[in-house]
Amino acid sequence: MSVLAQQIVLGLLIGGLYGLAAAGLSLVFGVLKVLDVAHGELIMLGGYGAFWLFALLGWDPFASLLVVIPGSLLLGAVLYAVLFGFVVRAGEEARIKNSLLVGFGLALALHALAVRLWTADDRSITTSYGGAVLTVGDLSIPVIRLLSLLVALALIVSLHLLLARWRWGKAIRATAEDWQAALLTGIDVRRAYLLAFAIGTALAGAAGTLVSVGYSISPSMGLEWTLKALIVVVLAGLGSMLGTFVAGLFLGVAEALSAAAFGGPYREVVGLVIFVVVLVLRPRGLFGR
Amino acid sequence: MLEIRGLDAAYGDARVLSGVTLSVGPGEIVALLGPNGAGKSTLLGCIAGLVRPRAGTIRWDGEDLATVGPHLIVERGLATVPEGRRLFGTMTVEDNLELGAFSPRARAARGSSLERVFALFPDLQARRRQIVRALSGGQQQMVAVGRALMASPRLLMLDEPSLGLAPRLVRAILDALVEINRAGVAIFLVEQNVRAALTLAHRAYILEGGRIVGEGGGAALLRDPHVRRAYLGPLAVRE
Repeated sequence: MSVLAQQIVLGLLIGGLYGLAAAGLSLVFGVLKVLDVAHGELIMLGGYGAFWLFALLGWDPFASLLVVIPGSLLLGAVLYAVLFGFVVRAGEEARIKNSLLVGFGLALALHALAVRLWTADDRSITTSYGGAVLTVGDLSIPVIRLLSLLVALALIVSLHLLLARWRWGKAIRATAEDWQAALLTGIDVRRAYLLAFAIGTALAGAAGTLVSVGYSISPSMGLEWTLKALIVVVLAGLGSMLGTFVAGLFLGVAEALSAAAFGGPYREVVGLVIFVVVLVLRPRGLFGR
Repeated sequence: MLEIRGLDAAYGDARVLSGVTLSVGPGEIVALLGPNGAGKSTLLGCIAGLVRPRAGTIRWDGEDLATVGPHLIVERGLATVPEGRRLFGTMTVEDNLELGAFSPRARAARGSSLERVFALFPDLQARRRQIVRALSGGQQQMVAVGRALMASPRLLMLDEPSLGLAPRLVRAILDALVEINRAGVAIFLVEQNVRAALTLAHRAYILEGGRIVGEGGGAALLRDPHVRRAYLGPLAVRE
């Protein structure tokens, strides 16, 4: 019993990162109607950002979020300006196809670049408090992963408030709902796209940082994280960031349970099963609008 | 104020507008009539900047709007109530209205604009925190008109604002338009309710097959045999 409970706890801890990873993808997909398959590679870049800030300058990974997040925001703005801005110019039909081509190309390029610059080795950040464990009854909770989960939750809540209260946050939601109507109310839709893409990239960077702390990063991690994020987006549906976070927790727990029940290799299968089942039974997702 | 000359528009090979020329002056109510598929919505789309014309010019206060983005056209004082309302359904009435005043010029006046909208549609004030999707069709149409008014327009364009509404609500919306016009806002109205539109309008244009086939004062067109036969039905001809 306590083994199972321990698995669920670990599932929740990784699930929070799935939720954070998916929030960025969901925002970009919901607003730009563009599937950014390089999202996992953006997570990877965030992870390396935090890793090198730690390795070269000795920065605490949580403190380095203060640099990684603005840096990713800027990177997102640049990627939008040189790549995705051209994709959204196409009609809505062609957009998804074009975005897949651009996204895969970007993913391959970033992967190759990361291997070239930083080798294919797995890396992770080991802080002085990295081994600390919180014991609650029979459960042992790695402190650093718990901190990561809390940071992820704080970021999701901030994102939610940003979209609910900020003038441009509302403009982003309006654009997601009906971009032509948004234009007719005087919203500069291209700017809403730019902001949404930059914020989505910033969320990816933050997720990468948290992955590099409690888990490990490597140049080839991108595809796996894109896939996880995609499963969570499908499970949650578009339009609710808090719902996306909850769906991330759900995937984490489902993975942990299936690994406990059927063995380690099945961890990766359950997500795909969820993916298919949700698409068949409830295509707009659990929290979709 | 608004001057359109020789406007051609097409979707692919399908020509929708041919040589459309019309104008709307300050403070005028101008109606645009015509059967379904005549190109009325396309014409409004061209003026709002959502559809790029093939040829011809659209001038606003003398400025050619050809290269002006849709959101900047709103900023210049030209607001649209699109067909089917196109509200942000998951957001509140207040959020929809606030988004209407998004451009910097409108934003500066949003307090007084909001008062004006609530004075015009007192229903909305009580429902300001409700999600738009939960409102009735008539209330949603009020939000749509209100959202456009929040842009502090000098010209308000409406595409079939009475479509699908009960007669009492049609009356309420059209009365509101007269009220808005009294405050100095010019109105360009696409309307299938021809009798009501012609009663309201100072002038009207008739668009058929993408061409302007008639124009005149509202009262004069109401007496015009072609208009009566085509738009007011056989009963009206015998009247």
